[in-house]
Amino acid sequence: MKLPRLAPFALLLAAALLLAGCQRDTAVPWQLTSIRGHMPDLSFRLVDDSGKTVTAADYRGKVLLLYFGYTHCPDVCPLTLAHLHAVLQKLGKPADDVRILFVSVDPARDTPAVLHDYVRAFDPRAVGLTGSPRDIEALVKRYRASFTREPAKGDSGYEVSHSSAIYVFDRAGHARLLATPPDSQAQIGHDLGLLIAQKDAP
Amino acid sequence: MKRRALALLFAGLLGAGAAHAAQADHVRANHAWIRLLPGALPASGYVELANDGDQPARLTGAASTDYASTMLHRSAMHDGMSEMAMADHLDIPAHGRAALAPGGYHLMLERAARTLKPGDTVPVTLRFADGSTLAVGFQVRPANAD
Ligand SMILES: [Cu+2]
Repeated sequence: MKLPRLAPFALLLAAALLLAGCQRDTAVPWQLTSIRGHMPDLSFRLVDDSGKTVTAADYRGKVLLLYFGYTHCPDVCPLTLAHLHAVLQKLGKPADDVRILFVSVDPARDTPAVLHDYVRAFDPRAVGLTGSPRDIEALVKRYRASFTREPAKGDSGYEVSHSSAIYVFDRAGHARLLATPPDSQAQIGHDLGLLIAQKDAP
Repeated sequence: MKRRALALLFAGLLGAGAAHAAQADHVRANHAWIRLLPGALPASGYVELANDGDQPARLTGAASTDYASTMLHRSAMHDGMSEMAMADHLDIPAHGRAALAPGGYHLMLERAARTLKPGDTVPVTLRFADGSTLAVGFQVRPANAD
C-alpha cells in the first residue's frame, strides 16, 4: 500500500537520469509516490468558495494539494484537512506558497458559502471548489478518482464515498506526487518542502 | 426511548448485586472529544474506552441532549475509497480497550440543539448491550484539532 507499483519504475527512472548526469528532480528521494508523467496536468473549470469561476491557471505558481471530499463528511475529510493544516503549520512561512484545493463531490449540498466556512475552519490556505456535476466528474475522472452516492439510514439523506488520495501538483500544474492515508504528516511535509523549494518547476 | 433506557438502567442496577455488574460499570472513558464543524454540519465524537471487567462490554449506541441525532458510525477504506456507514456495535474486550477515533468508529452527531463552541462540554450517554449506560462529558474542539 505504502509503496505502490509505480515506485520501482520511479526509482529506475531516477537511477537512469542520475547516470546521465542529469540534475533533474527525478533524483529527489521522494517519500510519497511519484506520479510524474503518469497523470495529466491540472485542468478544471469550477466555482471557488467565494462564488467566482476559476480554472487551474488561477493557481499557477502555487504548490497544490488536490483532495476530493464533501462537507457532510464529519470524520475522514476533517481528519485529512486537519493533517494537512498541521503539515503546513510545521513548514512555516514557505507553506504560504501552498494551496489546498478541496473539491466537493457533493455539489447539491456544498454551496460556495457552506464550503467557505468549512475550509476556513481548517486552514486559511484551503480553497473550496464546487461546480456543475459534469465539471466535477470531469476532474474526478481526469485523476482516475471516483465517488459514489447512496441513500443513508440516518438524517443525512445520503452517504458519499470518495477517493482518499491527495494529489500534489507543482507550481507549473504538473502532477507530481500522490499521498494516501498511510502516509504520515512527516512524509507529506518532507516532500512538500522539497517541491516548494523548486522555484522554477520544469 | 429515554424512558426505556432508564428502565433498562434501573433493571441493570437491580441486577448489580448478582453475579455480574452492568457492563457500563466496568468501562472507563478517556479523552472524549468532539470535532466541531461550522454551521449546521454534522460533527463527530471520539473517545477511548477501557473495560476493567472480566466480561466483554458492547457499546451499542449513544445519545446527547445537545444533538437531535447521535449515531454510532464507522469509516472504512476499500480500494482507495473512503466510506462511512452506520455501525451496530463496538466490542470492548474484557480487560481490554477499544476506541472511537478519527478514521474509524465515531459518533455522528447531527442537528445541534444549541450553538456550540470549542471549550464547551457536551454531555453524552453511552449505551451498552445490557441496557446499562455511562455518562461522559465530550470536550468540544475546533475543526482542525489534530
Ligand atoms: Cu459518520
